[in-house]
Amino acid sequence: MTATHTRTTDPAASSDRKTTYREAMREALREALRTDERVFLMGEDVGRYGGCFGVSLGLLEEFGPERIRDAPLSESAFVGAGIGAALAGMRPIVEIMTVNFSLLALDQILNNAATLLHMSGGQLPVPIVIRMTTGAGRQLAAQHSHSLEGWYAHIPGLRVLAPATLTDARYMLAPALADPDPVLIFEHGSLYNVSGDLPADTGPVDIDHAAVRRPGTDVSLITYGGSLPKALAAADDLANDGISAEVVDLRTLRPLDDTTIGDSVARTHRAVVIDEGWRTGSLAAEISARVTEQHFYDLDAPVGRVCSAEVPMPYARRLEEAALPQVDGIVAAARRAVGGPVPTGADAAERQAVTGRAG
Amino acid sequence: MTEFTMPSLGADMDEGVLQEWLVGPGDRVRKGDVVAVVETDKAAIEVECFESGTVGQLLVPPGTRVPVGTPLAVIQGEGAPEEQARIAAEQGSPLAAETVAEVPHRERARAPKGAKSEQEPLAHDERPRSRRKAVRERKPVQEPVRTKSPKKSAGQPVRATGSLTHPPPQMSPEAESALGAGPLVRHLAALRGLDLTTLHGTGPGGRITRADVEHAQPPLAPRVRATPYARRLARDLGVDLAALRGTGDGGAVRAADVHTAVRARDGRHEPGGPAERRRDDEQHPHIAVPTDSGAEQRKDTMRRAIADLMSRSKREIPHYYLSTTIDLTAAGDWLRRINRGRPPADRLVPAALLLKAAAVAAQQVPTLNGYWQNDGFVPGPAVNLGVAVSLRQGGLLAPVIHGADTLPPDALMTILKDLVERARRGKLRGSEMTGATLTVTNLGDQGVETVFGVIHPPQVALVGFGAVVERPWAANGMLGVRPLVTATLAADHRATDGAVGARYLTAVDRLLQKPEEL
Repeated sequence: MTATHTRTTDPAASSDRKTTYREAMREALREALRTDERVFLMGEDVGRYGGCFGVSLGLLEEFGPERIRDAPLSESAFVGAGIGAALAGMRPIVEIMTVNFSLLALDQILNNAATLLHMSGGQLPVPIVIRMTTGAGRQLAAQHSHSLEGWYAHIPGLRVLAPATLTDARYMLAPALADPDPVLIFEHGSLYNVSGDLPADTGPVDIDHAAVRRPGTDVSLITYGGSLPKALAAADDLANDGISAEVVDLRTLRPLDDTTIGDSVARTHRAVVIDEGWRTGSLAAEISARVTEQHFYDLDAPVGRVCSAEVPMPYARRLEEAALPQVDGIVAAARRAVGGPVPTGADAAERQAVTGRAG
Repeated sequence: MTEFTMPSLGADMDEGVLQEWLVGPGDRVRKGDVVAVVETDKAAIEVECFESGTVGQLLVPPGTRVPVGTPLAVIQGEGAPEEQARIAAEQGSPLAAETVAEVPHRERARAPKGAKSEQEPLAHDERPRSRRKAVRERKPVQEPVRTKSPKKSAGQPVRATGSLTHPPPQMSPEAESALGAGPLVRHLAALRGLDLTTLHGTGPGGRITRADVEHAQPPLAPRVRATPYARRLARDLGVDLAALRGTGDGGAVRAADVHTAVRARDGRHEPGGPAERRRDDEQHPHIAVPTDSGAEQRKDTMRRAIADLMSRSKREIPHYYLSTTIDLTAAGDWLRRINRGRPPADRLVPAALLLKAAAVAAQQVPTLNGYWQNDGFVPGPAVNLGVAVSLRQGGLLAPVIHGADTLPPDALMTILKDLVERARRGKLRGSEMTGATLTVTNLGDQGVETVFGVIHPPQVALVGFGAVVERPWAANGMLGVRPLVTATLAADHRATDGAVGARYLTAVDRLLQKPEEL
């Protein structure tokens, strides 16, 4: 849990500047805390420790314990408190350490946050933002590594975001807070250390639409969050073979942007969904079904899926790598969709996963 | 009762598309009558019936691709079907009545002229007959051409490939025991489009049980494996999916295959702007005008068929080549003498003499006339000369002149002209496509002097003739300008050696020196 101790300089000082996903997140929090008195951050270790992943480092010193509140190990309690605060007119940002732990608060999220507006006949909006990490790749073993955002994307009444780029990390929080509904932000653990240039001129990002991160003509690689860099790397590989892959970053897992996905598939006629969740009942399954429902007659190949192996995420590095979607697997799936030759190894593994025991 | 099966119309044919029925149930056919049009990779071919009788059930709907040997129709012995139909009608067998009604409803058959009136089944109940009549009365509106009708397939590719999956079931004498199987089994069989007579009964006394029906696969599953997008494209662009070879997973037709077919088609039809047209198609597939499809994609499949066959030939057959130059002075003189009194249309051309000489020489050197089969040479039953005909749109056909060595040159030429003309129009018959024992390729009209050919498997030799050219030539100790032709032989070294080939070419030469004896 090493944190970068770089103090963020004045955000107004602009031109493209080097930053990390973690710093972009922190900057977004700082901006929210500065611009709206009703905003406060609550969660385990967010204060004195600086956030389990270092995102909120330094915020306690800047904003004080009233607004950067350490919470006990009781997800249901502090998420419930956040919901109450939202109902009372505050704009809470609640951090749950990982998605695995969020299940302890699932009752609050599903039965209260997501449903109150509906059950009160529109009288009780719950403008809460819940942040949590998701995903594997850092050897944290099963209880810290799963990708369950698809489960939340199942729930009507929630908006589910998955920022995958620095810009999204920096600018998704503001529209999330402005949304009158509960918003869940899933930050993939492997992204925090990603660094790059944050464009100076980007404002609040659109949290309604997916983004085409790389245009292409032969196959749509549809993904989000931590799998986006892998999909982009796969697209590079494919380009070397003359296959032009379009990479669609969903950004918002609920509601899904059918239009952008559909437009892409209508252009490329082939789709591969990359999702770190387990294949069975996954977000990838949902997207595949929608593509088939809405764009069947545009499809020139079955919709491919690259998902995690259906096992609890292993601790051992090699096993963890083997269980996760990787660039080779994405390339193989894309080649299969396009109909080109597929190197046997990766292909066989992927195929087996399709037909193999699914739970 | 016999089955009329998908014929093999050439060594390279594994399957064919039944394009059209030219007869319907109840029509009387004689041996040699053309009953159906079958489209192979190379051409649409009119297929003849092998025996006389009455057409019973049509087992395969038009537009279906089936392997060689698949039963296409049932041919009843004389008189049988009327009686059967009457018995069935009298017994009030619901199945029989239903199928009789269904057959004309589903198939798009047409009777040969004249056959209809005298051959209407006698004792069918009226309803199916009137429906059938209705079907027939619509016919004149349709394309009167008998060969593959492009409009039809372009307009209804989905129907041709998709929905007409099952042949209508029908009873036959052999089905009597199956009738004992009970109404449930018959009902299930009818639902699945199964012919009970084709099922193997496992019940007591060989009865067909419910399980037999349930386990039986429908005899035909001609649905083309294609991606939805390819299917849509094919419909929009007027391409017949069944004629395409899929390159996708499990042989599925993909969009690229459809585009390839369209390109092949447009490349031929609009040499000015195929690229432009293609782009247009991709952007606005819905406004693309369906054009006739069969011949165009046939060109594409023909190229592949030729590619497969020729690759096989060069891969499997150790060719040896011989060449000799033949003095055609005598033949030329003879031809001039013969042609002097004739109107131009009837004049004999040198090609006819060359073919005749090639055929007679083959009869004299029979080890070049036949097939290499099962690691051994099988002599041909006669000299059936395949004549390579290049088509204007590209590609080759080799229609056959049966018994070419026995035909007088005049007859040979008449047949040749007819065959070439019909080959180029894609109207050859099955018997004219099969059975060649030796192929001749004559590239003389293309201006080349020598052609070294590739043997058409499983034949063992190919004779080539170049152009007749005038060259200085020494004969009888004198130098003169004489008409010469280069005759070549490509032969299978497994079957023969050079000496045999040499004997053959010498025989050709010798025969051409005495044209009056040919």
